[in-house]
Amino acid sequence: MTASYARMLWMQFRAELVKFWRVPANAFFSLALPLIIFIFFGLRDPTSPYAPGATVSTGAFVMASMAAYTVGSVMVFSFGIGVAVERGQKQDVLLRASPLPPAIYLLAKVMNALVFSLFAMTLLFVFAHFAASVNLSAIAWISLAGRLLLGSLAFIMLGFALGYLAGPNSAPAVVNLIYLPVAFGSGIFIPAQFLPDFIRGLSPYLPLSPFAQLAWSVLGIKTDRSVEGNLLLLGAYAIVFFLLAVWAYRRDTSLKFT
Amino acid sequence: MAPAAQLIDATKKYGDVEALKGISLDIELGEVVAMLGPNGAGKTTSISLMLGLRKPTSGTARLFGLNPTDRRARSRTGVMLQESGVPQVLKVSEMIDLFRSYYPSPMPTARVIELAGLQEKAQSQNKDLSGGQRQRLYFALAICGDPDLIFLDEPTVGLDVESRRAFIQSIKGFIATGKTIVLTTHYLEEADELAKRVVVIDHGQIIADASPDEIKAKVVGKKVTFTSARPLAPADLHGLPITATEIQGQHYVLVTGEPEAVLRELFRRGVDLTDLEVTGAGLEEAFLALTGKAAK
Repeated sequence: MTASYARMLWMQFRAELVKFWRVPANAFFSLALPLIIFIFFGLRDPTSPYAPGATVSTGAFVMASMAAYTVGSVMVFSFGIGVAVERGQKQDVLLRASPLPPAIYLLAKVMNALVFSLFAMTLLFVFAHFAASVNLSAIAWISLAGRLLLGSLAFIMLGFALGYLAGPNSAPAVVNLIYLPVAFGSGIFIPAQFLPDFIRGLSPYLPLSPFAQLAWSVLGIKTDRSVEGNLLLLGAYAIVFFLLAVWAYRRDTSLKFT
Repeated sequence: MAPAAQLIDATKKYGDVEALKGISLDIELGEVVAMLGPNGAGKTTSISLMLGLRKPTSGTARLFGLNPTDRRARSRTGVMLQESGVPQVLKVSEMIDLFRSYYPSPMPTARVIELAGLQEKAQSQNKDLSGGQRQRLYFALAICGDPDLIFLDEPTVGLDVESRRAFIQSIKGFIATGKTIVLTTHYLEEADELAKRVVVIDHGQIIADASPDEIKAKVVGKKVTFTSARPLAPADLHGLPITATEIQGQHYVLVTGEPEAVLRELFRRGVDLTDLEVTGAGLEEAFLALTGKAAK
């Protein structure tokens, strides 16, 4: 006889939520930091066009960019650092000896990150609506959140890979070192035309670029690639990161558990 | 019925190091077994194989007749490991509730907390527990699923005398419920106190498997301890009827069946003794005699 998987998943998911909320740094980096960055970039003349001749406002543009940044960061940080730290504390050893299937442990983390991302986006949307007069149709709000949650799969996989590759102490540095340059390089904070030439050529292919384009196109901004093209590129990233995550997971467990 | 846990000719190599050199062991339902041996003897490796945490290099490990990684076997097994961690920010009661959900018919949380003696810490976060309380939490996680079999790997290591006493009482409380228990220890009195069967492991091999009384009976002798004013040369001990020797600096422990003869001869050879003690053989001396060296 074994326990119900549904109940295990529910309890594991609850534990993940509690674990996430009780660490103030998580709330700061996932909830407060995006709002602070939004204030810097989005509240300077928020109703003016984001670019000369554009119909989309600065507030809406920065909000969509920050939403992509936030969802990506919740995924990469909560998995990357969370998994690495839990490995460092040898939590995986006790779980490995318990009847809990590893897939449920990982799935609960995914569910927690999705819920948290949705919460972080909602906070950002509400703030942008009131502070920067961003008005979207109901469908556009939902579509923005939905596209980002869907596209976040690539970042979930990247997070898992980093969580099993990085050491528990170096994980925060490694994740920042990878995520922040990718965010800047993808043109999320500064438009790509202001970046050095060699990065500008690379910029459209960095993983946050198709992700942000998915968000921008909801606002009616004309993007380099179609929605399908962006989803395809993100899907390719998801597969590459997934394979990397599986390799890293196997490497880690084969050291400890054979 | 299949044994609760079983090793058949199991060997384990870590690189070039042979941690287990072919161990066969059946642990039947309802048994309380202590695996006794010095650090590095292979106790933890044996448990890891039975739990499916590690795979034997050759031979077989079984849990309730199944592959140890089988969820049906795992669901009847609880475990307290030496090196493992729990989420720092979860509370004790939350942690126990979480682990209960892994098992098909767990014990009520309040009962687990009571058995583990964690009543006053149930609402504390794991990071705020003392070493002894953390051991109790691990014990609570091992028993919360109401398993048929629990493994306790060095359950009292690092505890002060008082915490150890209290913790051993908790384990006895669980033993009284008729469960199967496998514990590893290098505290010999712990094995004597808790277990009905002692499996002595040294250098990756079982060197004795019997009741604590039988193991003690293997050594009919006495333990002679003393401090020598000068370091003893091999010649000083040569030819004496000694079954085991332990030397720490100028502190000597000799196990012998004829303590009077040994002492008479030492005096005759001009050895200057202080702090002399002659005591009866306990499990510790049995261990000394079985392995030729001390357990700690």
